[in-house]
Amino acid sequence: MNVRLYVLQRATALLMVPLILGHLAIIFYATRQGLTAADIFGRTKGSIGWAAYYAVFVIAASVHGAIGLRAILREWGGLTGRALDLAMWAFGLVLLVLGLRAVYAVVV
Amino acid sequence: MSAADTTEKPRDAAHGTIEVSIWRGRDEGRYETFRVPMRESQTVLDIVTHVQRHLDPTLAYRFACRVGVCGSCAMTVNGRPRWTCRTHVSKVVENGRIEIGPLANLPVIKDLAADMSPFFEKWQEAKGAFTPSKTREADIEPISPETRERKIIDAAIECINCGVCFAACDTVRWNEDYMGPAALNRAWTLVNDVRDAGNAARVHAVAQGGGCHACHTHQSCEQHCPVGLNPTASIAGLKRRTMQAFIRGELE
Amino acid sequence: MAKPRNTTYRREPLWRAAMVHRISGLLLACFLPLHFLALALALDGEQRLDGFLRWTDQPLFKVAETVLVGLLAVHLLGGIRVLAIENLPWRPGQKQMAMGAIAVATLVAAAFLVRIV
Repeated sequence: MNVRLYVLQRATALLMVPLILGHLAIIFYATRQGLTAADIFGRTKGSIGWAAYYAVFVIAASVHGAIGLRAILREWGGLTGRALDLAMWAFGLVLLVLGLRAVYAVVV
Repeated sequence: MSAADTTEKPRDAAHGTIEVSIWRGRDEGRYETFRVPMRESQTVLDIVTHVQRHLDPTLAYRFACRVGVCGSCAMTVNGRPRWTCRTHVSKVVENGRIEIGPLANLPVIKDLAADMSPFFEKWQEAKGAFTPSKTREADIEPISPETRERKIIDAAIECINCGVCFAACDTVRWNEDYMGPAALNRAWTLVNDVRDAGNAARVHAVAQGGGCHACHTHQSCEQHCPVGLNPTASIAGLKRRTMQAFIRGELE
Repeated sequence: MAKPRNTTYRREPLWRAAMVHRISGLLLACFLPLHFLALALALDGEQRLDGFLRWTDQPLFKVAETVLVGLLAVHLLGGIRVLAIENLPWRPGQKQMAMGAIAVATLVAAAFLVRIV
């Protein structure tokens, strides 16, 4: 990991500290009487605030997870060079696309 | 001296024996078992020396000062890297047995002597050599021990280059580019040396792929350092310094 | 026989804490695509998502969800510890903090399990 990846990974980590605390609170709140789609949509549909919250969360998690996975593939998977960077980008983009699609699904 | 004292055994008399398994060979090899008399205040290095002098003169190992200053005699003792000259047998013996191998994460020259070349090559990679900012004609620069920089250096400077942290670090094992705790700890002392003129290159060097950011804060170096240093904290210092340099655009 | 390796560092609490951090991160990274795919079922309408949510009312999913809550909490708290080491002055008691993070995460997961059963 070089300094650029380090800064990105730690910055997204710091950004996600309040986001995860919020997410855990929502998990506990949302399961007060079983999880239902109506309950989720009641919060999220048409909400710019939740859209922004989850969009930022997805972007940060994609960057953070991709760089973390890169370290594991480097050290435990034996990947190096282009293959390693390709794997990082591929995983990050898959997370990003799937994540933003999920945000779209529950907000719009 | 009283009459009772004369009947006691001499202080270094053997009381029982220890079963000692010692690595023989290079990266491929096997453990060979010896029986060594157990003595009072005996160190692991004493055991190895006994084997070489009395049981098998072909045993290869490395030592110099025998008092914990030179950092030459580190080996793997019962699965843990240690400075053998300051490790008492009574502290590490398990069921009358002791297993001694060469330091991990380094090639083996022969038996207990690890090849320290990669360790010192990383030291060079991390720009671990002082870069003078003045000529030999200049006066000696007074450095107050009270300055912030000097206090940071004092906390990290007593490294004896024994390689124990290098052998204890999983990141060194997993990532052959990683410079390791000792080299980065050394770089951190020089980064804080107001007399040093090489810090632009040094900060650049430790911000590369195998530099300080490869450290995952396992803290094994801190847990194993025989002289009680904390390379994890030094590496954290380098992470902060390189991050500042990166944000200011000094690393491009 | 190949050259011997260190083994005892694996008994160090801080090494174990680092492994907990890595493995929890890896598992969360593996879970995220599934999480996103499940939520995207809402693209096919509320009923489709609700059908899936009812399917996940099985006990096996309750256990899995509890584990995931624990993984998220332990990765969060372990990550805060690493960020503090890297960016704040060194403070002693790292073993206690690492073990405390694991203990608190376990409690959070247990509280979640109690809540959903």
